[in-house]
Amino acid sequence: MEAENGGLSTRRPSVGTAQGVWKAFGETQALRDVSLDIGAGECHALVGRNGAGKSTLVAIFTGLIRPDRGAVNFGAQAAPGLADRAAWQRLVACVYQKSMVVPGLTVAENVFLNRTMGKDHGIVNWRALRSRARQVMLEWGFDLDVNQLAQQLSVEQRQIVEIARALSVGARFLILDEPTASLEKAAIERLFERIRRLKESGVGILYISHHLEEIYEVCDRVTVLRDGERVLNAPVSEIKQDRLVEAMVGAVPQKMTEIAAASRTSMPEQPRLEIVHLHVEGASGPVQDVSFTVGAGECVGLVGLRGSGIATVADAVVGLVKPTAGEIRLEGKSIQAGRVDATLRAGIAYVPEDRHARGFVPYLGVGENLTLSIIDRLSKRGIVSRSDREQVATALVEQLDIVASSLEQHVGQLSGGNQQKVVVGRALARQPAVLVAVTPTVGVDVAAKESLLNVISAACADGTAVLLVSDDLEDLRICTRLLVMVKGKLVREYRKPPWNRHELIAAVEGLEPTSEGEGTESRRGVSQ
Amino acid sequence: MSKSTVEQPVERPEQIVAARRNSRYIVAGWIRELALLPVIVLLLIVGSFVNPAFFTANNFINVAQESAALGAVVVAETLILLTGKFDLSLQSTYGLAPMLGAWLIVSKEGQGLGTNWNPFIGIAVVLLVGLVVGTINGFLVIKLGFNAFIFTLAMLILLAGIQVGIVSGRTIYFLPAEFTYLGSQYFLGIPVSVWITGAIFLLASLFLRYHRVGRAIYAIGGNVEAARAAGIRVDRIRIGVFIVASLMAALAGLMTAGQVVAVTASQGNNLIFSVFAAAVIGGISLDGGRGRMVGALTGVILLALVQNILILSQIQTFWIDAANGLIILIALALARLIGSERA
Repeated sequence: MEAENGGLSTRRPSVGTAQGVWKAFGETQALRDVSLDIGAGECHALVGRNGAGKSTLVAIFTGLIRPDRGAVNFGAQAAPGLADRAAWQRLVACVYQKSMVVPGLTVAENVFLNRTMGKDHGIVNWRALRSRARQVMLEWGFDLDVNQLAQQLSVEQRQIVEIARALSVGARFLILDEPTASLEKAAIERLFERIRRLKESGVGILYISHHLEEIYEVCDRVTVLRDGERVLNAPVSEIKQDRLVEAMVGAVPQKMTEIAAASRTSMPEQPRLEIVHLHVEGASGPVQDVSFTVGAGECVGLVGLRGSGIATVADAVVGLVKPTAGEIRLEGKSIQAGRVDATLRAGIAYVPEDRHARGFVPYLGVGENLTLSIIDRLSKRGIVSRSDREQVATALVEQLDIVASSLEQHVGQLSGGNQQKVVVGRALARQPAVLVAVTPTVGVDVAAKESLLNVISAACADGTAVLLVSDDLEDLRICTRLLVMVKGKLVREYRKPPWNRHELIAAVEGLEPTSEGEGTESRRGVSQ
Repeated sequence: MSKSTVEQPVERPEQIVAARRNSRYIVAGWIRELALLPVIVLLLIVGSFVNPAFFTANNFINVAQESAALGAVVVAETLILLTGKFDLSLQSTYGLAPMLGAWLIVSKEGQGLGTNWNPFIGIAVVLLVGLVVGTINGFLVIKLGFNAFIFTLAMLILLAGIQVGIVSGRTIYFLPAEFTYLGSQYFLGIPVSVWITGAIFLLASLFLRYHRVGRAIYAIGGNVEAARAAGIRVDRIRIGVFIVASLMAALAGLMTAGQVVAVTASQGNNLIFSVFAAAVIGGISLDGGRGRMVGALTGVILLALVQNILILSQIQTFWIDAANGLIILIALALARLIGSERA
């Protein structure tokens, strides 16, 4: 593999190279002898589980930390000193998951943040700024109004601003850290199109993602890190997906999917959750006349694009938004709409989409977070029983395989995957009648994803009615039934796993089915 | 690929669309900034009915002079708020700085120390106090990471205590003419203090709009990480803003001292509430990065008019504070309704 690398670099000059990089933090060896070469016009995937050393490598590539040993080069140029931020900015830029645009400023100003337009003595020349920004957008084919305030931009547009900023400084090495994490399907397609065009212009891209299928779609080479070591580096076309997963995880991950799911497809007589002619108005995805049911032991996947209304339906079921019309029934009884406490008491548990904002309390321990929703059961006259709590929490930690130093460790210190396990564990602690989970595996690594899905699947097998709202096709393999929403309406239902990937994507995008697919049963009349 | 809605339509009549969008943003921006304008117009109408003496040039000059010092401190606090921090001790700087200056130049009969220094040294002392306090606040809050609320609150109490302590709670009189010039003299029929505050507002807004450091202040308040990544020297600018703000507060204190021709031991007490009220009503976000000087100015004008109308309406003096508070609340609610999504 190494020889091949050398062959590549003769064909295209490299924009970024790491040679034998080592880095340790205290006693943990974050990187061991990692070498990486990103060529001009190449999209190079960097994958690995959480904690494999990806972030450390990115920090070294962007000049935030210095490697203990080894060297970083950009083309023919050696890495500048850490203090010289401007020099780093001219060489490399990283688009992080967290937004690096200033919301109160315009697009143009964000692109040229803290940069001069020639000799201006510190006075901002607004006209030049705007026209230069417009020029940058035109040059790279980004259609974005430069006078717009950044706070009005979508996630996709903010990414464009950050990419435009890097390119306008002259950087030709881009690092994209989970760029598709909060994008909808169509936006992802446009991002890939943009990446392809950047590659044609000679920009080298280091692409970090948990979504392996994206890597096959847009990347040329892939490097896998595991426990700080490079375990794989090869052209994407030569690597099968299972080998890639194996390299990441170290062993084949356990799967208990299709068979388990297929055995539980029968519809129970009495549906546990009933949604009847639901109408919701609202800015983020209105919903029109949606009706469906979820039975005990059923896992119903609600699929759709961002803004298609799937998240709104979930919000309505748990009482976060009040529907304008329609009814939500639990065990045949209508529940009070728009009241979260009422739905919780009725037995509906919720795994929210934004786990950082609504999922957990970062400064409380794992044990307390897990038992937050059943604190009334664990206390007598307001005094919480410590031993009871520990008992419940320990069981949940084991069940979910949460990696934490103790029950007291703050959830804010855990890795993303373990945080999400805590959120799911908290929802399941009540042994709910209905579990509503919104994109429960977003931003977690392959192994964590696996165990999260297994836990949800197990709860489902125990008789919980699960409504899984997701746009991640991987999540849907635990479902027993799929409902597809397009523009606020329920358009299709699939009843028999396994799901046909292409057909499903086409349905989600609102396209007509290409042929008579196997899972197709009804086109419109989904409601019974 | 399938349907790239974002990028393909490059050839459509861009200019027209862009121009239309552009003007829409500008209009939207001004509506946000000038949300208080209708309220101010309403107050002007109400004031004219309450008392015929209200709508006269004399009264307006009077109102402007009364609130000139407040205006200067509001500019100071606004600068700090825009960087995402705040400084409660500005009110004590506003009181202590002229007190120390006056104390050193006034004779013993005027409750001074008796050193009888040259008045210009006194003015220098006033500014020096601002410089020192601002530097201490800036360094400890920004460099050492003290919580801005607790630290500047403690500073407020300490400085106010010194202010009372050095004169044993008495008031300093017999201020020399040089010392009172800014607060008591007129230029072209308008008080010098009003000219100065006006100039401060104008310079501050131009600086924020057109200077690189001014834009950096917005960037820091809006997203510190992004500002740092762009190479903006976040700490240096924040400390600088603390220092400039304290200097302005000291200058404002000097103007007030000149206006009342005395420095009281309580000068500055409770001023900070009005300062925050004016800034927030004027659309300055307490989280930083949002708001403009024009907005802060309308906030000051609104507070000044309310105060003036309440006095002219001859309601019981003991109820003025309550009425003031109520009107501030109403103004906040109105501003929120019109401007939306402000603090």
